[in-house]
Amino acid sequence: MLEVSGLTVDYLTGGNPVRAVDGVSLDVQPGEFVGIVGESGCGKTTLLFAIARLLSPPAVVTAGSVTFRGENLVTMTERRLNAVRWQNLSVVMQSAMNALNPVMPVGAQFADALRAHGARSRKVIAARSAEVLRLVGIDAVHLGSYPHQLSGGMRQRAMIAMALLFTPDLVIMDEPTSALDVVAQRSLMTQIKELQRELGFAVIFVTHDMSLVSHYSDRLVVMYAGQVAEAGPTRRIFDSPLHPYARGLLEAFPGIRGAKVPLKGIPGAPPDLSVIQNGCRFSPRCPVKLPECETTAPALLDHEGTSVRCLLYDPSPAPVTAASRPLTRPRQSRRRSDGIA
Amino acid sequence: MTASRSAELIRADHLTKHFKIGGALARGTLHAVDDVSFALREREIVALAGESGSGKSTVARLLARVYPPTSGSVTFFDAAGAGKPLSALRSRRDALRYSAQVPMVFQDPFSSLNPVFRVSHGVLRALKLHRPELSAAERQAEAARVFDVVGLGAGMLGRFPHELSGGQRQRVGFAQALATRPRLILADEPVSMLDTSIRIGLLNLMAKLRDSEGASILYITHDIASARYVADRLIVMYAGRIAETGPVEDVLAAPRHPYTQLLLSAVPDPKAPPPSLEAMAAAAGERGEPPKVIDPRPGCRFQPRCPVAIGQCATVTPELLPLGTGEAACHVAQAGAEVKAFS
Amino acid sequence: MRKTLWRALARSPKATAGAILLAVFTVLALFPGLFARDSPTAEAYQRNLGPSAAHLFGTTGLGQDVFAQAVYGTRQVLEIAFGAGLASTLIAAVIGVAAAYLGGFWDGALSLFTDVVLVIPLFPLLIVIAAYVHNSGTGVLIAVLTFTGWSYTARQLRSQALSLRSRDFLAAARVRGERAAYIIAVEILPTMISLLVAAFLTNALYDVLFASSLQFIGLGDPNSVSWGTMLYWAENNEALQTGYYLQAIVPGAAIALLGAAFALLNYAFDEIGNPALRPVRAPRARRRLASIRTRRLADA
Repeated sequence: MLEVSGLTVDYLTGGNPVRAVDGVSLDVQPGEFVGIVGESGCGKTTLLFAIARLLSPPAVVTAGSVTFRGENLVTMTERRLNAVRWQNLSVVMQSAMNALNPVMPVGAQFADALRAHGARSRKVIAARSAEVLRLVGIDAVHLGSYPHQLSGGMRQRAMIAMALLFTPDLVIMDEPTSALDVVAQRSLMTQIKELQRELGFAVIFVTHDMSLVSHYSDRLVVMYAGQVAEAGPTRRIFDSPLHPYARGLLEAFPGIRGAKVPLKGIPGAPPDLSVIQNGCRFSPRCPVKLPECETTAPALLDHEGTSVRCLLYDPSPAPVTAASRPLTRPRQSRRRSDGIA
Repeated sequence: MTASRSAELIRADHLTKHFKIGGALARGTLHAVDDVSFALREREIVALAGESGSGKSTVARLLARVYPPTSGSVTFFDAAGAGKPLSALRSRRDALRYSAQVPMVFQDPFSSLNPVFRVSHGVLRALKLHRPELSAAERQAEAARVFDVVGLGAGMLGRFPHELSGGQRQRVGFAQALATRPRLILADEPVSMLDTSIRIGLLNLMAKLRDSEGASILYITHDIASARYVADRLIVMYAGRIAETGPVEDVLAAPRHPYTQLLLSAVPDPKAPPPSLEAMAAAAGERGEPPKVIDPRPGCRFQPRCPVAIGQCATVTPELLPLGTGEAACHVAQAGAEVKAFS
Repeated sequence: MRKTLWRALARSPKATAGAILLAVFTVLALFPGLFARDSPTAEAYQRNLGPSAAHLFGTTGLGQDVFAQAVYGTRQVLEIAFGAGLASTLIAAVIGVAAAYLGGFWDGALSLFTDVVLVIPLFPLLIVIAAYVHNSGTGVLIAVLTFTGWSYTARQLRSQALSLRSRDFLAAARVRGERAAYIIAVEILPTMISLLVAAFLTNALYDVLFASSLQFIGLGDPNSVSWGTMLYWAENNEALQTGYYLQAIVPGAAIALLGAAFALLNYAFDEIGNPALRPVRAPRARRRLASIRTRRLADA
């Protein structure tokens, strides 16, 4: 239903352009829950915004396409985009306090959205607004409440209700639970999963917290430095992660139960994206790197049903030299060469 | 057991902090912290865990003397074992000496360092203020030493904050705390804003500080898993009061307070197989959130959400009483019944 | 951070233009003798001459060379601009930031004081003071402008400092045991440098205009050499009515150019301080370029 192909997004700042997303491809089937996981700077939020056509200058899509129900979102006109937005594709932002208008009651904001897509009758608007609130477990009396009068968890659920006004086919969520405490988080995630089962929409869920999506997503996409490092069924990635970065990420979670073991984390820091890297972008921090990892950039290949970008799983690496990538001269960046997290 | 051997470092007795909120029309009193009593010993890491609004950050700020308590007291014991209440520290010299021994590390790595100065600025200022006997050269040497201890290396002293990553900046925060030879470091959610792969490095650093520098750490967090990883003891707070305390393994293995059980059940364990949707729905039927404690009535504050609440819970505020290896503030648990509120 | 500041300044066309203009005026003020052969006060020439090779902008009604007056007059104008600008910005910074940081009673008291001074009508006050002190020289003008100019900037800086107050490094300094005066002077003010520079440039601009206006209506020292006094004498001479336009246009244009220099630099500093204001380069051209590059990649 959604097919992202070779999407590349650059930030055209004054100096060297920063390639935040580099040739990312992924697809989402109807009703699927896809989790995009990565740490700060990996490009997941930029990817999300690019898919939803929410990028603003200096960020620009420089290559690739996003095909949604047969149409390319990247090249779509504003008018067609407005029709598609919210009807077929909606977005839930990270912080409800940032996304909801603080001086309008929640019901008025729902009415705005409904009217923008052609609803006229006040009765219909009221009925639909009350219905979506009921879906997320909020009493309809809160239609008259202002955002600050609702608790954090209720606000996030109101956001999701607004996203579901037109029962879209795809809902994109950008870390909607990061401002919530763990109990409210679990409540919200379960709610989303139930709604998904009831209404049948697909979800793209962007987060930095892998453990959060472990129970809820069907497929997982792990991003690093603007590229897909590993992608595949969630359980498979959790049970046996292939990419050293994914493995390191999973091992960086101290467990509540089970034996207490000393953990290591992943030393170092992500690379500077304004500089073209020779070879694998994770190699400076990789505990199992091979000598060719520094010179050969691995391609995303299939390995028993999971896509992974690592030379360890590449049967016959063909060297892709950096000479053909003319973005800029590589220069040593002080921060990144420390080796200290 | 270590607890009986090491000396008491700081003790809070019935610590209470209320804030007046609201405008002229709707005045109220926010009970941020109510009747909190606990003790910290030397060379131990104690995790103060709770959700937002539980009062954990307020407790830290009370210990850091950011504001005075509404009632109750905090007693700080010097190396000789003599205790002095914080309210008695009036002169600037006393206040300086206290803040040297009890420094604070902040949560946000992106605003905890002044962007105009090099990262050595805070350390050098702390040394100048609290260890005036050192010469300029000795201060530089000490700055290099603490940077080494936190894993940054003396070469980083000349860098500016924007050249450092979030994890590195938090290490600078710990270096600033170390410079004054602290006995207790108040760490207010030091890893919450860092990426997961970097948190472990900082948590390991905290353990190292306890072992090699002999500092105790009060680790404030909302993440139970990291509390388990690094802490010796655990204090769980809810709505301004302490719900349960004890050695961290004991509390997590057999939590007595229903709120602790709820917290533990809500933490997703990626290595465990996913529960079915029905099981999740049943567990997550609990949709409530911690209350904002404004002008509360007596009674257990968790009672509205508690599935095992008895009649007493709505009218009598439970006291924190010893239970097993720790303490718990729950009528049902204190009555001897086995509490199984949330699986 | 300083390196990026210079780079940003150099890259902004507004900053470059403003800086060049200001530099030209500064050189004129410092070395007037290099550029103007004649003395500005010598009433040596024929009156009301038009422009010629000997007198670039002609002469005044008293027989003085207009060009020389304009050049020599730069010094007094810049003295006033920098002097009053710096003084008012400094006072505003200390009062505004102290009010924001100290909060509570001190904030109330300082803000009240600021508001009272702010509400006093500026121009009439200037006139009253300047008229009371006859023939105000540079020093008096600077004092008067400083006294009336600091309050608006103080309110601005106070609200900007309020937004900085929640930064953790200030709490860290307090917990470390620093005194309030130290925190204000060393921890807060340096982080507001770009705001302070922008405030200074605004103040300098308005000081130039106000000082010239005061001199124009005759409250300055009419015997001093300054653009404002040039306007005063031009008005006295009925220069515009009688067709000797240059006597009025030259000082007017100089004032406008100096004002523009300050304004351009002000825009540039605003853009540096707030990246959202920076002009965005046209993305379409780059997209074409990037697609050419990616095509080459595929071929490689």
